[in-house]
Formats: sequence, structure tokens, C-alpha cells
Amino acid sequence: MCGIVGLFLKDKALEPQLGALLSDMLITMTDRGPDSAGIAIYGPSEAGSGKITVQSANPATDFKGLKAALTKQLGVAVSVTVRATHAVIAVDVAKLDETRTVLKELRPGVTVMGSGESVEIYKEVGLPKDVAERFKIGSMGGTHGIGHTRMATESAVTTFGAHPFSTGPDQCLVHNGSLSNHNNLRRELVRNGLSFETENDTEVAAAYLSHKLATGSNLGAALESGLSDLDGFYTFVVGTKSGFGVLRDPIACKPAVMAETDEYVAFGSEYRALVNLPGIEAARVWEPEPATVYFWEH
Amino acid sequence: MPTFDLASVPLRDLNQALHAVEAGKNETTFEVVNPRGAHAVAVGIDAPVRVDVHGSVGYYCAGMNAEATVTVHGSVGPGVAENMMSGTVVVKGDASQYAGATGHGGLLVIEGNASSRCGISMKGIDIVVKGNIGHMSAFMAQAGNLVVLGDAGDALGDSLYEAKLFVRGAVKSLGADCVKKKMRPKHLALLADLLAKAGITDVKPEEFTRYGSARTLYNFNIDNVDAY
Repeated sequence: MCGIVGLFLKDKALEPQLGALLSDMLITMTDRGPDSAGIAIYGPSEAGSGKITVQSANPATDFKGLKAALTKQLGVAVSVTVRATHAVIAVDVAKLDETRTVLKELRPGVTVMGSGESVEIYKEVGLPKDVAERFKIGSMGGTHGIGHTRMATESAVTTFGAHPFSTGPDQCLVHNGSLSNHNNLRRELVRNGLSFETENDTEVAAAYLSHKLATGSNLGAALESGLSDLDGFYTFVVGTKSGFGVLRDPIACKPAVMAETDEYVAFGSEYRALVNLPGIEAARVWEPEPATVYFWEH
Repeated sequence: MPTFDLASVPLRDLNQALHAVEAGKNETTFEVVNPRGAHAVAVGIDAPVRVDVHGSVGYYCAGMNAEATVTVHGSVGPGVAENMMSGTVVVKGDASQYAGATGHGGLLVIEGNASSRCGISMKGIDIVVKGNIGHMSAFMAQAGNLVVLGDAGDALGDSLYEAKLFVRGAVKSLGADCVKKKMRPKHLALLADLLAKAGITDVKPEEFTRYGSARTLYNFNIDNVDAY
């Protein structure tokens, strides 16, 4: 089943509340999928600065001395902010790729959840409430974010099977549904040079979009081509550095409700997820059409 | 008149109170406030009561309804009035997927739009939608009437049996075996009656087009034997 949510803020005054609003939406969707939860937050970014969110099963050992070790290896200033099993490494944006390479040697047990100039990704096995509290999502601010609470269908219940999946800089995707041609598509994408961390169908969808974006499509065009190349049931919510998109397959049996006001655009698997948003009573509420790309950008 | 505030009272209390209504009881009107998208509001009623729900609800509102009149002053999620037997369900806002699915009887009125699969497998229910309906509506519909004042989406009436479909606006495409049919006097009379029951006075039956089954899928065609 799975529950997905998304919130794209138009009103800057709401930005400090992004994490609180988004976690509340996600917690409401707990009974659609209580096995894992994840949130991607597009937080404040500084010019020239990049971020890598990493995860470790042994944070006490992996994150200890990480800042000093990275600084020494890279020769530039690095900051490491630890949040439970995750850490956000901030580094010169030009050094992002090098940092990932160095990280693999320094801490082989660490997994990269996502990277870019703005996005931070937190995901774990467990109830959305526990996951949100663990990472203190409620205290985070930002411009937009997406979240997912999972009922596993296509791969194991592990942290890496949780959504969102991020396969490109500042890109991420959450999915409710199941794809039927993901194995074929994965092989094609691997031939095109992409690599995969999991057996999960959603990671294939995310990588497909990243591949399209890397080869010249804008997000709208990438989502359009997904309609013919991705087979199965899906409602996707995607995030980019400055944008927020929604796509449903042509059959559109996976639920989706959207709301828009002057302050925000919100997405939920069910209307229940939206009821605590400010001004929802006066919002324009609608169900996105099948095979139709919806996209907003700052 | 009992009022159930779902912000403070469990949904089970409301549904149990509705199920406990006995014949001849005086308490026949119920108010529900703060539904906040809750699922299964006012399901399984089997008594001639009136329920007014103030706000929007989630899945399966008024499902399996018999005899009751349920009015939702808001929008409804998937499966409103699913498998309704009799009575009336009125939605003042929009309806999500498969409104009135498998309904055996009664009247479902949606004053806004309904989305995909409206009236799927309907078996005798009457559905009147003032706005538009989405794709694959009346799929495998068997009996009853679907009246749409606005437009219909793709594949209307796919694999349709004997349900009658009346659409006033445009139909994006017809599903397999669904065809346009002539509006005869008895259909105009039927439509006039349905519109009156739904409280619609400003629309004429002559403005609608009737669709129904071509009945070519009813029997196995020996010419197709090689396909199996």
C-alpha cells in the first residue's frame, strides 16, 4: 500500500515549519505502511557548499573522527553533523564527488543516502513517528520535502529498501505502487553506467529519471518519457533542488490527493494527511489526473 | 439529535449508534462533525435514519448503506456508497475513485466531480454526478443508471452489461462493447425521474446522450477459437 506525502512551500514564512508539517503528514499515513519511513528535506543551502547524507549501522565508530579524517584527506574544511544513524557532511560543492570516493576508503561501512546542494535524506526501519523523532525532523526548516511510509512489496524491509531514493544530485523520489519491468530497466540503466544499491523497483524509477535528467531532459520531459518506459502501478512524488513533481500511471489506481493555496502545494496519499495544514479548509483540493505530469518550481 | 464529534469520540461509537437504531425509534437524525478524512464513516446502516456529515471523509463512507439518507457536506475518498443496497447518499463536494461500486440499489448523488471507475460493476444503483467523471467509469456495470451532467473520461462503459449510461457532456472515449444508443421516450422519462430525484431542475433529459452495451461480448464467438 504505502503512504506518500509532499509539501512544497511558496510562502517563506512557513519555511521554519517544513519539518514539523511534513512529519505530521507522514505520521498520519502510518497505517498505510508501518515498516519503514523516510523523509527528504530541501533545507537552506549556502553558495558553493554541498552536502552528503550518509548512514551507518555503527554510527559510534563510523562517525567518530570522521570530520578530521575527511579534512585531512580532502585538504578543505569539512563539517559533520551527526543525527542518530545518519550524518550530514558539508563540503565545498566542487569536492562532492571526491568526498564520496574518499569516504568509501575511509569508512567502507557507510552508505550514501543522497547528496547535492540542498537535500538531506533520513530513512530507517520503524514507524514514521519513531523515525521522525530519531532524526528530529520536526525541528528542520526548508523549502520543500517529500516523505514515505513503506509497506514492503518489492524488496526486503531494510533501511536501504526505505524511500526516498536518491540517484542524482539533489534528486529524490518516493513511490506508492509496484513496477513490473524494473529488472529489465535496471539492466539497461547499468549498461548506461548507472549503479544500484538495492533490488528495489523504486530505485530503478529514481535512476531512470536521473539518467534522463543527466542526458538532457528537464524534469517535465523525464516524467513524460517515464509514462511510456515504466510499466506498472505508480504514484510518484519527486523532488529536485528547486522543484516538486507528481506523476500517476495511466491506470491511476494508487490514490493521490493534492491541495494548493497561495502558501503551499501539498500532496498526500489520502486527504487525512492534509487536514492539519494551515488554511486547508480554503485550499483548492483535487485528485491528480492519470498520465499527467504536475510540476512546481521556485 | 445526537451529534458525534469525531475529534473527540471514536468512529466506532458513531457506527455502533447507527447500527443500534431499532424500528420505531424516535432518534432518526444524526450529525457528524470533524470527520477530518476518516475512513468508514456511517457504514453499514440498515435503518431509515438521516446522517449529516460536516466535512470531508476518507475511504468507504456510507458503504453497504440500506434505507438511510447520508449527506456529506464536503468531499469523499475512494469507495463512497460502495455496495449500497437502498437509501440515498449525497456528496456536496467531489468523490474519489470507484464511487458507488457494486451498488445494488438506492441513489448516489455527487454534486461535484467523481474520479476514475465511478459506478464500476454497478448492479442496480442509480448514480447522478453533476460534474465530470474519470476514466474507466461503469466498467462491467451490470444494472442501474449512471447519469453524468458533465464529461466522461476514457473507456466509458468498458465491458458493459445492462446498465444505462446517460452523459450530457463529451465522452473522451468508449470502452470495449460500449456504444451510443438512441434515446427513446421511455429513456427520457427515466432520466427525467432520476434528475428530479437528484433535485436537478435546470437540465433537460433531451440534452443527454445514452450509451449502452452492444452485447457483442455476451457470447463466445467460434471465430475466435484460435485466440485461445
